[in-house]
Order: sequence, then C-alpha cells, then structure tokens
Amino acid sequence: MKLDAVTSWLDERLSISTLAKLASKKEVPLHRHSIWYYFGGMTLFLFSVQVVTGILLLLYYRPSSENAFESVQFIVTEVKFGWLIRSIHSWSANLMIATLFIHMFSVFFLRAYYPPREITWISGVFLLFVVICFGFSGYLLPWNKLAFFATKVGTEIAGVVPIVGRPMLRFLRGGDDVTGATLTRFFGFHVAVLPATATVLIAIHVLLVQLHGMSVPPNLLGQPVKKMKFIPNFLLRDLIGWILAIGVLAALAALFPWELGEKADAFAPAPAGIKPEWYFLFMFQTLKYLPAKIWKFDGEVIGIMAFNFTAVLLFVVPFVDRSPENRRRRLIFNVIGVLALLYILGMTIVGYLT
Amino acid sequence: MVLSGWEGESMGDISRERRGENPVYPDRPGTSRRRFLDYLLGTTATATLGAIVYPIFKFMSPPQVIESTENSVVAAKLSEVPVNTGKIFKFGNKPGIIVRTSAGELKALSAVCTHLECIVQYRPDTKQIWCACHNGQYNLSGKNIGGPPPRPLEEFKVNTRGDDIVVSRS
Repeated sequence: MKLDAVTSWLDERLSISTLAKLASKKEVPLHRHSIWYYFGGMTLFLFSVQVVTGILLLLYYRPSSENAFESVQFIVTEVKFGWLIRSIHSWSANLMIATLFIHMFSVFFLRAYYPPREITWISGVFLLFVVICFGFSGYLLPWNKLAFFATKVGTEIAGVVPIVGRPMLRFLRGGDDVTGATLTRFFGFHVAVLPATATVLIAIHVLLVQLHGMSVPPNLLGQPVKKMKFIPNFLLRDLIGWILAIGVLAALAALFPWELGEKADAFAPAPAGIKPEWYFLFMFQTLKYLPAKIWKFDGEVIGIMAFNFTAVLLFVVPFVDRSPENRRRRLIFNVIGVLALLYILGMTIVGYLT
Repeated sequence: MVLSGWEGESMGDISRERRGENPVYPDRPGTSRRRFLDYLLGTTATATLGAIVYPIFKFMSPPQVIESTENSVVAAKLSEVPVNTGKIFKFGNKPGIIVRTSAGELKALSAVCTHLECIVQYRPDTKQIWCACHNGQYNLSGKNIGGPPPRPLEEFKVNTRGDDIVVSRS
C-alpha cells in the first residue's frame, strides 16, 4: 500500500511510532473528581483560540497612540467578521483566565503538586503570571479610556514596590507617564515576548504531565481506580468540551460584543464607575478599603506588598505541603485554600456590586 | 613535547609544573598555563556577555525626557469655568484642575491623584475633588480627606489676566 510506504518512510526519519507509543501510554484515572481533569486541556484550547484570533487581529491592528483606537474601530466596523474575531479574542481571554483559575484551585485542592510534580506546579504558576500579563498588556491595546487608566493604575502599582519599583515602572511605561511609548511596549510584550515565553512554559508543563502521568488525589490512593485511555477516549471527551467552548464563545461574541469605549485622553478625568477586569477586581477592592496610612506606611504599599508576597507563596506550596501522610498539614492547606477562594470570590462580588 | 598523563610521572617537578600541576600539592591546581587560560576564558566570556547584556539593558530603559520647566500657563478662559465646575488643563505634560467654587473663587491643583495617579475631577454635588478610580476625596485646597490617597494634591497659584486664567507654581 502507498500509505504504508509513506508511513514507514516517515517513521524511519521521525520515529513516529515511538511518540505514538508514548502518547498511547497516557491514561486518565476515573473517579469522582475526574471532572477537574478537563480544565487544563480547556485552558490550553482557549489559548490556541487566542493564538489564532490574535494573529488575525494583527492583520489590521496598528500599535500607536494615534492609530490604535481607530484601527480597532476599523476592525469591528469595516472588516468582515472583524467584530466576531475581536469579541472572541476578548471573551476567550476572559474564559481562559477563568478556566486557568479553576484548574489551579482544583490542582491545589486535589494535591496534584505532591512529589514528583513540584516543577509541573511551578511551571503552572509561571503560566498563571504570564497569562495575567497577557491580559494586562492586551487590555491597553485598543487605547480606550478604561484601558488607559487601568494601565496607569496597574503600572503605578508596580512602581510602589520599594527599590525596584521605580525603574520597573519606567521600563513598563517606556517613560514616566503612560503614553504612546507604553502602547508600543505593551504591544511588543503581548505579541512577541509573552507568546514565546508561554510556548516554552506550556511545552514544559505538558511534557511533565506526560512524564508523570495524571495525578490521583491522595485520599483515593490505595483504592483501585479505573483508568481510561487518553487517546482516543479522553481526548474525544475533551473535544466535546472544546466544541462546546467554541459555541459559547460565538454566542457570547454575538450577544455581548466586547465594547470599544472612548478613545484614551491623557487630559481627561478618570470616568466614574471605572473598574479593572474582573480578575483584578478583588485586589482593586482591597486597595479601596485600605486606609491611607497603615502605621508609618502608605496603605497601598502594604496592600501591594501583601499581594506580591502571596504570589511568591504560590511557588513554595509544593515544598511545604509535600506528604500525603501529614494529615494536619493537609487540613491547614485546605483551610488556607478555602479562605483564599472565599476572599477572592467575596471581594470580587463586592467589587461588582459597589 | 607531548605530555600525556602517565608519561609525566617519571618526570621531575618542573615538567609537572609545566603540565599545570602544583609541584608541592599535586591535588591542588597550580599557577599554571591551564589556570591562566581558564582565567582568560572566564573573563573573556564574562566581558562578552556583559558587552551584550549591558546595551540591551540600557536600551530597554527609556531615555529620561527633560521635564518641562514651565512655571506658568494660561489654563483656560474664565468663561470656560462656570461657577461650581472644574476643568482639566495641561500644565507642562501633567494634568492640572481648575475649580471655580460656588463662592466664585478660583482654585488650581494638580489633577494627578496621589494614590495611584488617576486623573481627578470636581464633583459639583459634594463640592469636592474626587478620584473615580479608588474613591479618593480631597477638599478644594487639595487636602486628602477621604479614601485611600496618602498625600494632598499640589496647589497652584491662580491669577486672572483679562479673560485668561493663569496658573503658576507657587
């Protein structure tokens, strides 16, 4: 057969059968928490939607303070399906952050970071920060009022950090103020630096998952757990989720097209009711509640340092809680996780309502 | 001369030294050609790396733009600021705000919120300066009176010259 000949020719050169054998080894444990296994793959799928729609937007977008707003306006009003592509890019970004948070918390509560999976967790935390940087840099690109002030506040927050803050702020803004220079920089981060970083991190993350296999939650260890082949069985299930996601994205884009707002103006007051994206809302709300002075320090400095500290803590989680036997520590970590989740949810809701 | 391992054993201390060994303590590295070359390699590599990284690092940090030394500016026409309203104006490359109080008095302040640098606005209902970003409040002398702002807004001098409102740094 012709096809066989082609396959064996390729196999001799690319060792496809070895890769296929490796992939066929992957199995997904089936138990009452199996639903959470879908969210990693879902995040990856939404990321690929971002890559495709992002490249499409690049065909028309112009990264300068004079042209950016107008070019996005052109995309959503003149370009065929421009509204759809732009809205899907925005919606998919938000859904991706949502699925990423779900993935992270499920990995946390199911203890998928226990040895030997510490580096998988760490690469995941890095990916979380990369994705947040994607969101923050992408938000500015339409150069509208909300984005302008969000960037002002966000970069100012970086500037508040002692010692490294000020140079970092100037590096991010490309000067002392948020200007066209900031837009150009953010564009570069958004379409070159971050995608390259994310690609490397995703490769590491996924390879490690393949290497270690899917983690089984510690409270199910010692029990017989049924398994399902990843290829094709679980992948087909994933696929159903992804098709649903495409449907959801198209529906959201059609029913709630992403707004463009007003063009940014460096000499206009911040509009009333201004709020950051929902995933920053809990931090925003915290900053609102902090008093001007806490002891000798500015309130916002304390708040921002506390959030930075928490972010660093994420990295050490697998090194502190590392044994399924230590039930006390497991309980403490569960309590911390639940409190963090409640805090984020609570502050986000308050942020929305006020 | 070829100096491979076992050949050297029969040789004296001088050839040991020449081979890069310490004649007194054979297990420690001597001041030798090998060490010298390692040193050269190391410093060259460091210098090369530095010569690559330094310009990149400097390139990334934006050049310092000279701050405008403007000390006074025609901020607006009197007719543009009715009683109980505020108006943002450009003071160099920073925004300022002029407020005509309900008593008709003119006030000029920096419009950059001292909390996280949003641009403030005048609220006719509360007769205060308000920052929409994090609900910071200032009175009309710029003093921070509510919300998160840690410091007052800088106050400027206001004069009128005909119909022009002239704002200057005090």
